Formats: sequence, structure tokens, C-alpha cells
Amino acid sequence: MQPRSHNFKENAARALHDDVLQSALSNVRSGFVAKRARARSALPEFDQLCNEARDIKNHTLAHLDLYLEAYEAKVVEHGGHVHWAADAAEACGIIADICRQQNARTVTKGKSMIGEEIAINDHLEHAGFEVFETDLGEYLIQIRGEAPSHIIGPAIHLTRPQIEADFRRTHTDLPAERDLSNAENLVAEARAVLRERFVAADVGITGANLLIAETGTSVIVTNEGNGDLTQTLPRTHIVIASIEKMAPTLEDANTILRILARSATGQDMSTYTTYSTGPKRDGDLDGPDNYHVVLLDNGRSAMLGGQFHDMLCCIRCGACLNHCPVYNAVGGHAYGWVYPGPMGAVLTPSLVGVEEAGHLPNASSFCGRCEAVCPMSIPLPKMMRHWREREVDQGRMPLGQRTAFKAWAFLAKRPALYHAATSIGVGFLSLLGRRKGAIRSLPLLSGWTRNRDLPAPQGRTFQDQWRAGWRT
Amino acid sequence: MARGLADMTARERTLSAIRTGLGVSGSDKIRASSAAERLKHHPSGTVPARAKGEIENLATLFADMLEGQAASLDWIAREEDVPEAVARYLRDLNLAARVRIGEDEMLSELPWKMAGALEIASGPAEPSDTTGITRAQVGAAETGTLFLTSGPDNPTTLNFLPETHIAVIRKSDIVGGYEDAWNRLRKSYGEGTLPRNVNLISGPSRTADIEQTMVMGAHGPRRLHVIVVG
Ligand code: SF4
Repeated sequence: MQPRSHNFKENAARALHDDVLQSALSNVRSGFVAKRARARSALPEFDQLCNEARDIKNHTLAHLDLYLEAYEAKVVEHGGHVHWAADAAEACGIIADICRQQNARTVTKGKSMIGEEIAINDHLEHAGFEVFETDLGEYLIQIRGEAPSHIIGPAIHLTRPQIEADFRRTHTDLPAERDLSNAENLVAEARAVLRERFVAADVGITGANLLIAETGTSVIVTNEGNGDLTQTLPRTHIVIASIEKMAPTLEDANTILRILARSATGQDMSTYTTYSTGPKRDGDLDGPDNYHVVLLDNGRSAMLGGQFHDMLCCIRCGACLNHCPVYNAVGGHAYGWVYPGPMGAVLTPSLVGVEEAGHLPNASSFCGRCEAVCPMSIPLPKMMRHWREREVDQGRMPLGQRTAFKAWAFLAKRPALYHAATSIGVGFLSLLGRRKGAIRSLPLLSGWTRNRDLPAPQGRTFQDQWRAGWRT
Repeated sequence: MARGLADMTARERTLSAIRTGLGVSGSDKIRASSAAERLKHHPSGTVPARAKGEIENLATLFADMLEGQAASLDWIAREEDVPEAVARYLRDLNLAARVRIGEDEMLSELPWKMAGALEIASGPAEPSDTTGITRAQVGAAETGTLFLTSGPDNPTTLNFLPETHIAVIRKSDIVGGYEDAWNRLRKSYGEGTLPRNVNLISGPSRTADIEQTMVMGAHGPRRLHVIVVG
């Protein structure tokens, strides 16, 4: 999709007044946040595993060229093909070419954030292919013509009545009087509709949560099983993955998988973790005849060794979104591109440019919860600060805001002062916001709040609550 | 001879951009040996303490974890009782007495004919199949995770297409952690190689994409029934 991140202020203001969205967002806290906390406390080794996973990623990034070469050799050894794509246009071109070579008409897709990043659906549809998303959340946003609002729950912004209305609008060959009043019936209907797509598809496209150099394997993690049907039934399986998805060995993948689902959905392990190595083998009765991997760079190699290097450790668990007060208040669409929340605020300017997305790092209360829950200990607030400072340095911020942020930056570098100042601020803000529960103007930061309401702080600052044990 | 950026393939451009970012060359011996060593020895990270223990404890953990993920379990003593256990499960749930199995050496030798009116088919799954039966090569107790490998003996579609998936595993194939499971597979397939698919399955298909409400049977099986033999 075209980035619309420069509209963050307007998007956020709209989101805060959208009652339906606000009711959908309340599920984030009761769902993901509570489940993660339970999963973490049930595994005494969790923090240790996070540290090890981080070490693995650091080692992998420091040897990324070598592991990519080793991985490529193994894919080829197992009969697969590896295609390198420097940017989104190249990746889309490669995928469309493979579809054409296969005389494909229909394509099914498992959930892939890289697919969203390169807007593969639009490209393939323009090239004349029919594309069907098969992950339920992705299917819902596809029939609505929307972008995902969360990296692991793409349709988390929707409520059941909206989904019912969408199904009635799009599944017109089904009886009008059918009962769609509960989630079970909606899932059953999607299952039946998509079943036909799976069986008819010529090409199946999946993403990859990991690529394993030791064996030339791509790994997907799902709960629905849609990814498996997507990649097993058609003649051709295409994997799209970005270069930093690399893990050297099966053991390294174990460590990362032990923290991924726990951080994401709070499961000990996702229902399906699928390792795919090459096409089907001689004698196999099912599986694809062709296996292609498209390795996407799209700005990542330029992040190596720079200020945003650590962001390449991200395993896309979504914990930083779920725990972010700004994300929880405005939802994912306000961020205007495919990666929302704190990880998006750091990654999006790196990938689409600071001109388009330089605002996003301002979408933070700098409470530090994102970094605290990030299994890879990515210093998200620090990196957002880097972007802010760049934006200030380049004079992209209006003067008032610039002064405010310089003051803020001064405080933020001095934790004790920052804490004192924000504690005062909270008392003051909750007075201002008391009447409506939201703050409509803020003396110092009026430029910043003109187009959006900040949710009124409820009592203590995040740092207070964090210290009081809210951290997990 | 140095070439301009435009002449380089995307592969060369990406690799060279990575090396530039890292400030390294592709021919650095220390880096090369560090990566090669890791690939060769694949050192293990921390394995959760609960994944270590005697087989009885591991089997109990394996079952508890699977049940916690909405799978059902049955324990039987002898392999030849698998068909009867399958027939009983289907009967109890009022499911069609039709199953499809692969050519797995353990499963295909069993006395299926004895198990009443069970209708047996073999080969990969068809969309109309109601129950698929496959054998798990190994199971990791730490999260109740089955490792199913693709091949003519256990076609992958049997794990995903039918509404009911019955997985059979020998108790002696239950191990503690994922590391133990991969080492078993390394013994079967060799170092650095895997079959087309290894499916790690820890329960029946589910989705929480609608208002975070958990619903079973999203696209894959609505039910996962695990028969442990031994
Ligand atoms: S930045 Fe950290 S918490 Fe956020 S998605 Fe990435 S790994 Fe998860």
C-alpha cells in the first residue's frame, strides 16, 4: 500500500472519536496482554531465552552475508530456487513472472507482512491474477479493501457486527436468513468459502517467520492451518521473506520459537509451526512441484551497522503494539502503513523515508513499556528519539513543537527529572481531561494536540505503574 | 575488475550492501569459520528444565500440554489395537467411519479390517475426506508438539485437509525438548537435510481473529486426537 504515515495526526484524531474502533481495541488489552503475562510466568527460562535469542540475532546479523549464501546453497541443493530482490518492485516483478511461467490464474496467500510491505496483491491483481488471502484476519481486510491494523491480528480493529455485514455483502450466493450472530458461524462460513479457493489455486504464497541456513528451510507459524493448505495444495509454492529472517541452525530457531508465540499470542507454541525445505520429493504424493524463495532487502541492508541496526532483530511478535498506550488508543491504521505501533514508528521511516513517516516517532509517550516487553530488548524509545532528533535537526517540525521536543529531549535524557516532570504533568493533564476523559488542548504542546485528543492519564504515570509491578 | 552498481545483480548488490554496512569483506577468514562452525555443530541454547526427565514424566507432560491445547488423547498398550481405538473414537463422536491413511510402515500393517465397518482409503487427502490418520515420528513433551514428516508414508495433506486428524505416536518416540526431536530427525534424514515438510502440530486448528474469541477449526482440522501406543 501507499504509505499515508504523514497523516498520522489526522488519522489519530479520527480514530479517537471512532466508537466502534475503540470497542474493538479494548480486546487488545484483555487478550494479548494478559495471555503474554501468563505464558511468560509459566516458563522460568523465558528471560534467559530472550537474552539468548538476542545473541543469536546479533551473531546472525554480523554474519548475514555468509548465512544468506549458505542458506541459498541449501535451498538449491533441495531443488528449490532463490531470487534476490533489492526492493518491492523487483520482488513483485519476480513473483508475477513465476506466476506467468506457471500459467497461473489464481493465487492463494498465507499471511505475510512482507507481502503487505511490497503490496503484492495489488501488483498481481493488476497483472491479471486472482489473489485470495486465506488467513481469516487477512481475508477480512481483503474483502474490506483495508490494510492490516496489527502485525499478528490484522483485523483486530473490527467488531463482530462489522464482519457479519461484510460477509452478507460479499457472500451473496448464501441464504440471506443464515445465522451469523456468533464468531463460530462466521468462522465456519469463511472456512467453507476459502476451502474452494485452496483447492483451485495454482500458486500459493506464504511469508516466513524464519529462514534456516543449516537446512535451507523456511518456517511459518500459524494457528489456522491456512498457511499449510496454501503451500501444500498448489503446484507452486512461493515464499517471500526479508533477509533478516535468517537463523543459522535448527537449534537457533528453537530458541526464537520458544519466545515468539509466548510474546505474541501468549501460547506456549503456535498450533502449527511448519518447516518447508524445497519442493516435494520423488515419491511424495502431495506438496508443490516448485519451490521459490524471494529474498527481499528493501532498505534493510542499509540499516546494518547504523543507528537502526537493532531493529533488524525484531521477530514481529507484536508485543510492543499490544503494550503501547498510543497504539491502544488509536489502533494500527493511524500509522498509515503496514507496520504500526512502536516497531512501526521505528521501522517505517527507515523503509519509506523520513519525509513520509518522520511524524511517527512522535506517536509515543516514551513510557518505555515497548522496550520492557520486547523479547529482543530492542531499544525502541531510543530509536524513536533518534528519528525525532533527525526531524528536529532537519527543521521539519514547526517551531513550537521543536522547542517542546528539545525540552522533552533534555528531560528524557535525565530520568529523575523526566520522572518528576511527567508526574506533575499527569496530575495536570488529568485535571484538564477530567470532564471528557480526553484532553483537547495542552498549553505547551498545542501544536501537537490540535488535531488529536490524548487519552487523559488515569492516575499514575506509566513509569510509576511500571515500578509498581505493572512491567510484565 | 570492479563493476558499476548498475551491472550488479540484486544478489551481488544485497550482499555487497550488507558487507558495506557491517564494514567487512566477504573473504574474512575469522567470520567465515565462525559461521561454518555454528552450522556444523549447531550448539543448543537453554532447554527448559521441564523438558528433561524420565519417559513417564515426559509422556504425562506431553499429554497435559496437548490437552491444554484442546487435543484429546488415548493411551493404548499394543499397536494392533490402533484400528479399534480409531473406530471407538469416531463412534463416540458420531463421526463417519471413514479414514484415510498413508503407507506408513507401522500404520498400514495394522488389522484395519478387524475394526468393524471402518472404511479405509490410502494416499493424499481429498477434499471430501472426513478423517486423516498419520504417524508422528517424534513428539516433544515441552509443549505437547507432534513432529510429522512428509513423504509417501505420511502425506502432508492428511494432517490438514480433513476435519478430524488422528495422529498416532509410539510412547518411545516422546522426547523432552525440540532439540531431542531434531536430533532424532537428523538421524533419520542426515545432517543439514530435511524432507519437504516437517509439521510441528500442537493442537487442532483455531483462530482468534474475530474479537479475540477462540474458535476451533479455522481452516485445518477441528479436532486433533492423539493415540499414544506403548
Ligand atoms: S520490536 Fe520487539 S516487541 Fe515489537 S514486534 Fe519486534 S520483537 Fe516484538
